[in-house]
Amino acid sequence: MGIVSRGFGGRRSSRAVNLPPGQYLVEDFPVLSAGPTPLVNLGSWTFTVRSETGEAQEWNWAQFLALPHESITVDLHCVTKWSKLGTAWEGVSLDTLLSDVASSAEFVLVSAYGGYTTNLPLEDLLDGKAWVADRYDGEALSPEHGGPARLLVPHLYLWKSAKWVRDIQLLNNDEPGFWESVGYHNYGDPWREQRYWGD
Amino acid sequence: MSDTWVDGNGLAGALRELFAVDITTARGTCVGCGTVGPVAGARVYTRAPGVVARCPGCGGVLFRLVRGPDRAWLDLRGVTCLEIQVPDSG
Repeated sequence: MGIVSRGFGGRRSSRAVNLPPGQYLVEDFPVLSAGPTPLVNLGSWTFTVRSETGEAQEWNWAQFLALPHESITVDLHCVTKWSKLGTAWEGVSLDTLLSDVASSAEFVLVSAYGGYTTNLPLEDLLDGKAWVADRYDGEALSPEHGGPARLLVPHLYLWKSAKWVRDIQLLNNDEPGFWESVGYHNYGDPWREQRYWGD
Repeated sequence: MSDTWVDGNGLAGALRELFAVDITTARGTCVGCGTVGPVAGARVYTRAPGVVARCPGCGGVLFRLVRGPDRAWLDLRGVTCLEIQVPDSG
């Protein structure tokens, strides 16, 4: 019988990982929330993309599930300084969700069930950088982590990855979201430690 | 809905740093539903990038407080007016 080595493909040790500045590693998955967790009925769930001219494209849950899904394994960096590595998700690429939208907008405002909002440049949702994720770690995404579906934009601080995502509004002019309007950085790149206004 | 919050007395420490008076006893009016009550009566969410105080009547956001290392930001747009007890000047 051979000896099974755990040395290859195993979890990276904290000493070997290159974390963004100011971050520390966690093994659990902390739950942060600015309000009560909305329990969204799948029968009434919709996800909508609206262009700057008002043209809307909407998916119900069955239609969303029928879209091509991708498996994504990414590192998460929360502005409260924890990072979680190698998280496994399944979801629909924003490239897919935005493919039929005619737009010259440069910004988006993402809104969630429960009222949360966050803003991003449109280009940060495209070219394989963002997803609407409905499964985590092989299971349906739980409500406390944003289920039925959440935005996943792993190259920015996690507050940009809106839980319970409901719609994306394309905008010609940037509009700060829930945290961006009260001190948090408008862009939020963890590798440049853009936590607060002026960082 | 599942819900994890503490009452507005949980704001005392964070607000004591910014105000010269105990603001938890101040009375505010919710922009969303008109509920009037003391700040201590708010539902306060602290497991977040900042502190969020919500109206006990409608759940709307009353105010948000973000504490950076050397700056703090306070957004009160969910409250129309705060009535604050001060020492009698007469």
